[in-house]
Amino acid sequence: MIAWPWRLRELGIVGMNRRNAEYILAYNERNRYPLVDDKLRTKHLALAAGIAVPELYGTVRMQHETQTLGELLGNRHDFVIKPSHGSGGNGVLVIHGRRRDAWLRSDGTLLPDDTVAHHVSNILSGLYSLGGVPDSALIEYRVKIDPLFDSISHGGVPDIRIVVFRGIPVMAMVRLPTRMSGGRANLHQGGVGLGVDMLTGVTHNGVQQGHLVEVHPDTGHTLAGLQLPYWDDMLVLAARCYELTGLGYLGVDLVLDKNQGPLLLELNARPGLSIQIANRKGLAGRLRRVQVLREIPAEAEERVRLTRQLM
Amino acid sequence: MKDLHVRVLVLVLIAIALSLAGWKAKVLELPLLPGEDASAWNVEARIDFAARGVPATIEFLVPQDPPNFTVIDEDFVAGNYGLSVDRRRDNRIATWSGRRPRGPQALYYRILLHQESDEPILTREGRKPLFPRTPDYPEDIRVAIDALLAEVRAHSADVATFTRVLLERLATDRNSENVKLLRDHFQIEGTQVAGLRTILAGVRIPSRISWGVRIRDGVRSAPLEPWLEVHNGSEWLVFNPLTGERGAPAETLFWYTGSEPLLESNGIGEAGYQIAIRRSFLDVYQLAERKADVLDSRIMDFSLLALPLQTQNVYRILLMVPLGALIVVLMRNVVGMNTYGTFMPVLISLAFRETQLLWGMFLFTLLISLGLSIRFYFEKLKLLLVPRLASVVTVVVLLMLGISVVSANLDLQRGLSVALFPMVIMAMTIERASIVWEENGAAEAFKQGLATLLVAVLGYMVMFNPVLQHLVFVFPELLLVVLALTLMLGRYTGYRLSELRRFRSFDPETPK
Repeated sequence: MIAWPWRLRELGIVGMNRRNAEYILAYNERNRYPLVDDKLRTKHLALAAGIAVPELYGTVRMQHETQTLGELLGNRHDFVIKPSHGSGGNGVLVIHGRRRDAWLRSDGTLLPDDTVAHHVSNILSGLYSLGGVPDSALIEYRVKIDPLFDSISHGGVPDIRIVVFRGIPVMAMVRLPTRMSGGRANLHQGGVGLGVDMLTGVTHNGVQQGHLVEVHPDTGHTLAGLQLPYWDDMLVLAARCYELTGLGYLGVDLVLDKNQGPLLLELNARPGLSIQIANRKGLAGRLRRVQVLREIPAEAEERVRLTRQLM
Repeated sequence: MKDLHVRVLVLVLIAIALSLAGWKAKVLELPLLPGEDASAWNVEARIDFAARGVPATIEFLVPQDPPNFTVIDEDFVAGNYGLSVDRRRDNRIATWSGRRPRGPQALYYRILLHQESDEPILTREGRKPLFPRTPDYPEDIRVAIDALLAEVRAHSADVATFTRVLLERLATDRNSENVKLLRDHFQIEGTQVAGLRTILAGVRIPSRISWGVRIRDGVRSAPLEPWLEVHNGSEWLVFNPLTGERGAPAETLFWYTGSEPLLESNGIGEAGYQIAIRRSFLDVYQLAERKADVLDSRIMDFSLLALPLQTQNVYRILLMVPLGALIVVLMRNVVGMNTYGTFMPVLISLAFRETQLLWGMFLFTLLISLGLSIRFYFEKLKLLLVPRLASVVTVVVLLMLGISVVSANLDLQRGLSVALFPMVIMAMTIERASIVWEENGAAEAFKQGLATLLVAVLGYMVMFNPVLQHLVFVFPELLLVVLALTLMLGRYTGYRLSELRRFRSFDPETPK
């Protein structure tokens, strides 16, 4: 039923309280949060630093703009609408195309114009933002799934989460959407988390809702042993986000686009702890090894080298 | 480093709180448990007289700083009379004066007392007297006195023993010719003991007579008893003039000192008085406040008891909120429960105070589920967020009204108390619940709802525990302990209980 706390300590599992007190409060300065909490700012920041992101088509800031959404979209029929201050994938609407005066969702359902407008309006009202503060909506390029993931995702695009501590990538996982998660790469909604070997970028077995899974629950394909392409690039990309934000304890979410390769999706100043379950490994030991380092190299490539040495 | 800082801070806070509370409990005798009613004595002197329509003054001696008792309250009922209270020699005197009173009149003097000690009153304070001059006794009396005093002196060591032996001899040795002679001459009989002073003056011992009443419940007309006091150079020693016994019983209320009458009047006919005594119970807080006054302590000036009663009642509740917050912290950071809104359960607990626990839980569940179903209907209308919230508030108010009206018709008094739920909070809860429902499924919505209810119930049980409530109200400094605990939990980095389950797959020894 439960694990004993001393067992968890032995395994180096980091709990919520410890993550907050020892890593987030100690290494993440408050005034840096807006850089990552606001996806629009993150996007501009990344572009300025030459990091690839999904292309931004437009932003909606005012309620009245929801009425003229069509003009903003022009003839684009393939895009994603997301709240600028959203969290956990809430409020993300993925549109694949247009059929008979309605929008086609990723799950095949049709949405009339006013439903989409209402969704944008909800985003602007702050329904999906932390603390319910008014927000803006981003409309951006819909990431095309890499063929590699075709057989192990359902209804959405997987993303790759890399936890970066003091600029050094320490742990990574792939989050696969499932039928249960409604096509979202969200673990607590039933997505599958795959541990990733930091050295090679090869996936392990997966975990869904705390249970070990060897095959994708919807497609039945084996999960372990998958080589992630561009692995070294992804690590360097993740490591560079440290300079970008100055946040010492950071979750970097990447996606793999069929044509454009790895893109930075968003950053998280409070990355979750499920990555430990997906990797079947505690974070504490790895974080400790980074914590005791006196100096952190300024170059992202150097830091990725440290990842290879330490992890 | 931070941990050490917090630990030191926590220790300092706890030390301050406990020492302050301990001092208040020990010195001011503030009770640690509720319901310890202090017994107090209500002593009332009623003065009756017939007025004759001419200017009248009534002078009545009243107690001042009686030993063994704390005066909690004192009250002169003056009616149409002017009242002044002055000091005269060793006494306090109340003077009522009226211009043209007519017919039967009654004046009252009331005093509320708390008995502080069960020890007999052995000594009293007072002005240091002059040594009396040796009186000129008639020849035969002088011989008798000299003989008696010489004998007593032989059997005593100091003023105290001398007085005791003398009084014993005069009280018990009735067969002795000398004693009989002296008693007759000085008219020492019953409560007439003034003659004893003349005898004591023979050896130049300063003495005085004090009058007191015995405090006993239900006495309608308490007699004044005389007490002989002699001065030993530093204080007055109290003796029973009738037996020579040292000290007055603990329950003696000393009323006045001297040989003058208790009541004197001018311009009226016969005046009489009666002293009635009865036990009454009073607020321990009132008592403590009064005691702090007596001890000249500033602490109670800065206490809650200095506030108006209504404000006090508000603080009675407000002071418990930190305890509720502590419960929330425990449930969140140690147990790991997610609730709708961080401190909302505390507000619901406050509402439970009025509705009672079971009814509160029932009404809360009813209101949330009804509100939720209407909220789902609103979802179809595609409303903007703030207007939707406002609509939910309106619906909540209407639902409350509905529940109240229905329960009034069903004669369910408790159902009316639904109006005490904070409606905006309820509306926010409904909104949060519906979003959680939509995004994370009904199971999660139910889970968080149950957690909210559970934390609210726990908060209620802690915040409205009579013992804790009493402790925090009487010793508000104990909130520093709550603060210390909260600070400590602020640096708690251990696992949450929920995480032991969340990470259960890591422990191969436990079955999944």
